[in-house]
Amino acid sequence: MSANGSSAYAIEIKNLTVYYGSKLAVEGVSMPIYSRKITAFIGPSGCGKSTVLRSINRMNDLIPSARVEGEIYYRGQNLYGQQVDPVEVRRRIGMVFQKPNPFPKSIYENVAYGPRLLGVRKKSQLDDIVETSLKQAALWDEVKTDLKKSGLALSGGQQQRLCIARALAVEPEVILMDEPASALDPISTHSIEELMKSLVRNYTIIIVTHNMQQAQRVSDYTAFFSIRKSEDTYAEKRWGVLVEYDTTEAIFQRPKMQETEDYIGGRFG
Amino acid sequence: MSVRTRTLPADMDFKADLARRQRRGRLWQAFFFMSIGVGILALVALLGSVIDEVIGYRAVAYQVDPLTLTGGRPLEDLSDDELLAVLNDNMTLARQRVMIRDRVLNTQVTGVTLTQTPMRQLLAGKAFPEATADRLLPELTQDEISQILALNLGRDGILDLINDEIVGVEVLQSWTLSESLFQRGAIEATVAEKYPGARLEFGSWLTLDFLTRPMSSTPAQAGIRTALLGTLWLMVITIAVAFPIGVGAAIYLEEYAGDTRLNRIVETNIRNLAGVPSIIYGLLGLAVFVRALSDITGGRSVLAAGLTMALLVLPVIIINAQEAIRAVPSSLREASYGLGATQWQTIWNTVLPAAMPGILTGTILASSRAIGETAPLIVVGASTLIFLDPTGPTSMFTALPIQIYDWTKRPDPQFRDIAAATIVVLLAILLSLNAFAIILRQRFKKKLQG
Repeated sequence: MSANGSSAYAIEIKNLTVYYGSKLAVEGVSMPIYSRKITAFIGPSGCGKSTVLRSINRMNDLIPSARVEGEIYYRGQNLYGQQVDPVEVRRRIGMVFQKPNPFPKSIYENVAYGPRLLGVRKKSQLDDIVETSLKQAALWDEVKTDLKKSGLALSGGQQQRLCIARALAVEPEVILMDEPASALDPISTHSIEELMKSLVRNYTIIIVTHNMQQAQRVSDYTAFFSIRKSEDTYAEKRWGVLVEYDTTEAIFQRPKMQETEDYIGGRFG
Repeated sequence: MSVRTRTLPADMDFKADLARRQRRGRLWQAFFFMSIGVGILALVALLGSVIDEVIGYRAVAYQVDPLTLTGGRPLEDLSDDELLAVLNDNMTLARQRVMIRDRVLNTQVTGVTLTQTPMRQLLAGKAFPEATADRLLPELTQDEISQILALNLGRDGILDLINDEIVGVEVLQSWTLSESLFQRGAIEATVAEKYPGARLEFGSWLTLDFLTRPMSSTPAQAGIRTALLGTLWLMVITIAVAFPIGVGAAIYLEEYAGDTRLNRIVETNIRNLAGVPSIIYGLLGLAVFVRALSDITGGRSVLAAGLTMALLVLPVIIINAQEAIRAVPSSLREASYGLGATQWQTIWNTVLPAAMPGILTGTILASSRAIGETAPLIVVGASTLIFLDPTGPTSMFTALPIQIYDWTKRPDPQFRDIAAATIVVLLAILLSLNAFAIILRQRFKKKLQG
């Protein structure tokens, strides 16, 4: 299926370089993403892990100054190819954001938003999608009696699970999560992590996290990103690179690079 | 780390200085308080002076004593035929023809239409004696005209007609509220001396009648129905034109237009246009809508004025809508895009609903500005003395601020009283519009936040 011929890969990133205006944000990232596994991106602030994540579903296209070089293959097709519409990419590769961002609409309407975009009009069909998605996101039992309630009236953890249900409703194959639990309390964080573990049976999940315990707890693979600096004549330049990518166990138990070991050991910077 | 050396002057007396700093703060606070006070005083003075004019004593007399018309019997006791006889005896034929136009047709028709159309067409849908069907208005006799009036207006209508046109209530002099309250004796003496036979009434110029009566050249009989309807028409046209265009422009500027030099110039210019004096819009409206497009707008019509007003409020609506759209959190946009929404789907389903409270508030505030505008209306030719309601976009019209402007410059002091009453009406409309804007905003906010 993919260029490498290995069907275990959901996505293959090849030599990805992203600029914001003239500023280099992340350089030369190449890595495969394994299908139906959880891959964690870790690294210090400014290392470009979110940039790489947002490049995978072409969210960076929304920033006018962003420029992407390199290729990202999904099902053998380059997502940055000429004939690819980013709208279709985002439907296939869903996203959950750092801060829960439900629409100021009812719970039902939040989940039905995506299917409606795709043209689903029949009430019975929408009902079905809403129920299935909320069940998948482990929120159904808590909200099934008042689906008319505003999504904003839910607690932070519930809101984030609503956002996950909303993403699931358009049936993506890959879910990108940008620090999905960083704005939540430990109990809500736990429920999100449990949810990820149950979702990974059917979905490929990529998660950006600052929390290394979280990466260890939930992920199968971990990519460690770090910062490179250059002393310019006028200003210091900083950009992100991929340092090491391996199974989570290998990254945390026997990292190959000194930089990785320093970071996960808390001896960074 | 080195130990910090003393850098503040050693002899500084902090305590004395503190008192001085606090005093300076209190001085400013007092100044700000006074600013508020001046504002409130000005507002109270404005309302006070307006209401002072509206309410007070009036010396009222009939122009013609009704009893002399009927030989001593009250008008109400006369039979229908006797009423028509009074009408025929006391009203000229020409005036009766005008009554056909003003009271029966109650629409704006040209003199040519009025005099050259047979009754069958002129009074289509109204009642008229069969004998008059194929004749023109100038050919009818006084009896026939008064019959048409009686058929269409009924007994009460004829009574009103006699009261308004023949008997005529006249206000001889009026006094302000403050005079009425504090100089009652002097007023009574004046009336007894100057106007024997006149009644002294305490009352308000602002009555339900005043709102529903058409214009008149006598202040006591003048009403603002035509002006109210004109203002209403004006608002509807202004909002219907300015809202979609303004919101559309704002959406384009915020969501589609790139950050190019041209777009920045356009945006800056819109901001400047919001500050252009309204009379200049009036001149533009005169040249474009009244003159150049007179085939479409009908010249000095409510449509031409509404379009001019729409131009006037357009920049304000655009700016407000832009602010509202900009205030929609980008997280909502990202959520929508992240689900595979196209740009238009994101704008329609997420951005616009979230921005709507701000857009609507801005629109209402802009249109309340338009309601009070006078200068452009004068330039595009609002009529000041117009008896007939506007019936369509191409009607001639008048509006509340125009009436106020016209009445305040008349020499007869009673016109100033009805101008004051009109001001009260205009202020009431403005305040209720603003209140409506606030309610709308709160409603939307609640709905959005659940």
